[in-house]
Order: sequence, then structure tokens, then C-alpha cells
Amino acid sequence: MRRGILTVWILSGLLLGTASAETVRRFPPPQFETDYVMPTATEPPPRAALWDTLDSAVLLGTLLLAVWLIFFKRRRSWIVALMIFSVLYFGFWRKGCVCPIGAIGNVTVSLFDSGYALPLVVLVFFLLPLGIGLFYGRVFCGAVCPLGAIQDLVVLRPQPVPEWLETALRLGAWLYLSLSVLFAATGSGLLICRYDPFIAFFRLSSNSSLLILGILFLGVGVFIGRPYCRFVCPYGLLLRQAGRLSRRHVTITPDECIHCRLCEEACPFGAIHAPTAPWPEKTLARDRRRLVFLFVLLLFLIAAGGWIGYRLHPLLARANPTVALADQVQSMEAGLRSEPTDEIRAFRTTGQSDEALYAQRDEILSSFALGGTLVGMFMALVAGVKLIAVSVRRVRVDYEADRAGCLACGRCFAYCPRQRLRDNPAERTVSNTSLQKEAANA
Amino acid sequence: MNNKPNQLSRRQLLREGFWTVSITAAGAAAAVLAARSRRPSMVWQIDPFKCIGCGRCATHCVLSESAVKCVHAYSMCGYCDLCTGYFDPDPKALDTGAEHQLCPTGAIRRRFVEEPYFEFTIDESRCIGCGKCVVGCAAFGNGSLFLQVRHDRCLNCNECAIARACPSQAFVRVPADRPYLMKDQR
Repeated sequence: MRRGILTVWILSGLLLGTASAETVRRFPPPQFETDYVMPTATEPPPRAALWDTLDSAVLLGTLLLAVWLIFFKRRRSWIVALMIFSVLYFGFWRKGCVCPIGAIGNVTVSLFDSGYALPLVVLVFFLLPLGIGLFYGRVFCGAVCPLGAIQDLVVLRPQPVPEWLETALRLGAWLYLSLSVLFAATGSGLLICRYDPFIAFFRLSSNSSLLILGILFLGVGVFIGRPYCRFVCPYGLLLRQAGRLSRRHVTITPDECIHCRLCEEACPFGAIHAPTAPWPEKTLARDRRRLVFLFVLLLFLIAAGGWIGYRLHPLLARANPTVALADQVQSMEAGLRSEPTDEIRAFRTTGQSDEALYAQRDEILSSFALGGTLVGMFMALVAGVKLIAVSVRRVRVDYEADRAGCLACGRCFAYCPRQRLRDNPAERTVSNTSLQKEAANA
Repeated sequence: MNNKPNQLSRRQLLREGFWTVSITAAGAAAAVLAARSRRPSMVWQIDPFKCIGCGRCATHCVLSESAVKCVHAYSMCGYCDLCTGYFDPDPKALDTGAEHQLCPTGAIRRRFVEEPYFEFTIDESRCIGCGKCVVGCAAFGNGSLFLQVRHDRCLNCNECAIARACPSQAFVRVPADRPYLMKDQR
């Protein structure tokens, strides 16, 4: 009997169209005779907007505190304390979201998609570290960024990376930045958030590939200081430029450099440069010729980069969900696919025509063609400018922190004898007596 | 910088110029973006009319227990004895035995109200958001069971992992002051 009812239901269901997205009222609302009260579904509210304000305030507070610690207090231990706070608050408490690195994606989307409303807290997170960076350099990287801090805490056996390799690897970060902007602008997703390697730790929950990525970065980070910050982080690239322009820079010594070379080995990020040798006059003509050659080469590089980017755009466009769906539908129609995927089933329920979908795909493909070309040209420009930059001679008279590369971690402070004297004036007498002893022995 | 030779002053001028340009650009960008930005912020939600109940909500959330749960719009429910959202397509008996149920975790409670009506309630602590009941209810019933992002659990990730995996692109951003898209309130 019950089987019979079910069969009738199934038949009626088939007649009315199965699993349709539109609801069909097949059964009338019941007329209750008892005093049954119909419950309603609960709606637990999301985090209050007040928390957004608190996050922005904590960001501003930690940034200002970092400026004070790095520029005035100059104590590594205090900076580490602030790092731990940042990991706990922005990392584990706020689960790593929102962060300025990921905000690049949101800002890009809001520039290209007029229907997207950029949350104010995201804007604050994007602009505040950059604004402070124009005055004080990369203090955000130094003590506030939870991704930087978690890596900084595992730098145990840092090995030097040759400068040419460091520069070459940083091209990867530029590529990551440009692809993230391209994908965000074409509505294909936020790459930076998708591949945040430390989110697995902050959330204490993740899929295995992200967890492996995180363990990999931390494992490499034991030997290569802060690999994400130096070779991947797209926001770090923006902060590098802010650091180049900033009003004040991190100084290794509190007063004058005595060229003791002690700080040279202190930096695990290769951001301390020795004073330059005097300019060899005889190579001047050759250097100039090389520079001219590089400028000409730059033009060719840009053309080649644009061509490669254009050639790669169909491949890149596959990341777009609409393009992927259109490809699936087309292969289904062509008989290459026997079983419809969930995507195709969902698309069929919308009632949209295949042609409309293909037209949508062509539109996205054309924006990818333009974007891919621009990304290629931009990458070539970056590579060319890097080549030019290494051929231009810089003049340095003291040991200096690299304005772009210094992550403001404060490690070098304790290595400078001038700083030590300032922190602990008693050391002067100690060293003097030991010197006298040595002199007496001699 | 004063003790440096005069030839550096050009570089200094350039640097000053760049600084002024970039601080102005940052200010302008802030103004433009602030005009486009909004409060309150947006949160993720599932459009129940786009959802096909594919089951990826259960597996793709970054939380080990998905923030997506089944929600029941009671006012749409037919209170059927033979509920196709509750029972297996081929139940041996219409009772609360686990072997007759569609829900893999037994998260739907079936309670007799009065002849011939039964009330179905979702036990959220058991629901994994697989959507099996949603498909069953939509296929042969009134479609009163549907999936929603529960905001007491959702971390509101910038890039929602389920939204990316969703085959029907049913994940939308909604204002945080109206964070649910209840099927019966449309």
C-alpha cells in the first residue's frame, strides 16, 4: 500500500519536474486541530559590525606600537612580544581574515566590478599599512603581519641566499601579484586567499593540501628566513615600494656606524648591505654601453612578454567558473562526455540557453586576452627594470639596511656595539678593562 | 643628507617628488574606494532557489564541520507522514528506524503532531549540510528543507571555499544585517 503511494508520488514528482530550482507547492498547508504552534527557523546573527571597528583599531594600535618599538625603543625582545600578540590576535583569534594581503583581491574586484561593495574594514586593512609604510617603511611586516610573525618565530638556522637568486625568486612574487589582480579583475576568484599557506594553522582546520603547503613554508622557513614574505607575498611588493619612498628608514645603529661588520651576518633576510667599493673609473664607458643595451632590450622583453601572455590566456581563463562551465557544456553537447556534471545539471535548471553561455565565455575570454597580454608585458617590464637596477652603481658609505628588503624585525639592533653601549653603559668599562688586560699580557 | 655631495640632490628631489605623488595617490585611492565601500559588511549566503543540493557544502568548508546546515521553513512544510526528505526512497517501514532514513547522521527528528501530520525538526549539531534531504524534499515534496550558511559557525572567509566549489554558483554575498535567504520569506 505504502509502496503504491510512493510510486504515485514519484510519478507526480516526475510530471511536475524533478529537483527543480523553483519550489512547487505539492501539498497544502495542514489544518491543525490541536493547539500545535508552528515553530520558525532560528537565524543566528553574524559577527557584529562592532568587531570590524575593533579590528581596525587594533591594527592601527599595533602599527603605531610597532613604529615606536622599531624606531624609538629599538629592542628585539619587545618586537617579538608584539609579533606573538599579532599571531594570537590576527591569526588565531581572527582566523587570519581579513588581512591586507588578501585585501588586494577585494580592492581589485571593487575597481573592476561596480556591483561589488567593498567592506570598509577591508579598505582600512589595505591602506593603513601602506600609509604607515610611506612614513616608516615596512613596520607592518616587522611586527604586525601574522603571516610574517609566524615565520619569523621559526627562523632558527638561517642560510644566506645569493643576491641574484633572491632577485630572481622575487619575480615569482611579481607574477603572483599580477595573476591575482588578473583573476580578481575577471571575477575568477581571489588567488591570494585561496593559497594562504598559514590559514590551516590559524583555523586549526583545513584540507590536507593547504596543511602540507603550510608545513612546507614553515619547514623551509627554518633555514631560509621568511620565504613567503620574500618570495611570494604580493602585499610585500607594494610595501617594498613604500619602504623605498618612506620618510624614515630602519637604521642598524642608533648613532654612527663604526664599520665593525658585526651586523653583516645578523640579518637572516639578506637585507643588510656592506659599503660599496669606490667606482672603478675605467669601466665607466662599458657600463654606459651596457645600460643603453639594457634599455633597448627592455622594449624587446616587453613585446615578448605581451606575446607570451596573450598565448597563455586561454589556459589562464580556465580558472574562471563560467568559462569552465561553458567548456563542460560544449563537450557534453559534442558527445565527449556521457554523464552530466553537477555544474551542467545546475546550469540546465536555470533554463539559460547554451548560446548565451558561450557568448558570456567569449566576453570573459576577450578580457583574459587583454589582461594576459598586460600581465606578460608587466612581468617583462619588472624583469627588465631589475636587470637595469643591478647594472646601476649605488653608493653606500655605511652598513645599511636595504630600504625595500628590510622587514623591520629588529634582529640587527642587538648586534651593533653602539646600540649595546647605549642599552648597557656598563659594557664600556668591561671592555676597557679586558683591553687593558690584553695589553698587559702582550 | 647635507654632508653628501651636491650631485645627489637631484636624486633627493626625485625621491621627494615620488613621495608626494604616492601619498597623494594613496589619499585619492582611499577617497575613491571609501566612496565605493560600505557598512555593514557583507556575509556569505546560499540562494536556496539556485542550490541543487549537490553535497559539496558538507565537504568543501574550511571548517571540519561545515558551517552550512539544513534549515526548515515550517510554513512551507506539508507535515507529511511519508516525508521524502526524511525517508529513504524505498523505506521498509514508516518509522524513525535509522535504516529507513535518508539523513546519514540522523539529524532530522520526526515527531507526531496529530493525525495525519508529522513535524520534522533539524538537529543542527548533527547536520553536516550534505543536502540529501533537500534534494528529497524538493523532488517530491514542497521544498521546505533547504541549505543555509549558519552565521554562528561561518568564519566569513574572504574567498569562501564552498562558494568556489559550488556548481550552481548559488553562494552570494548578502548584507550582514539581513544575513539569511529564507525560502518562505521571499
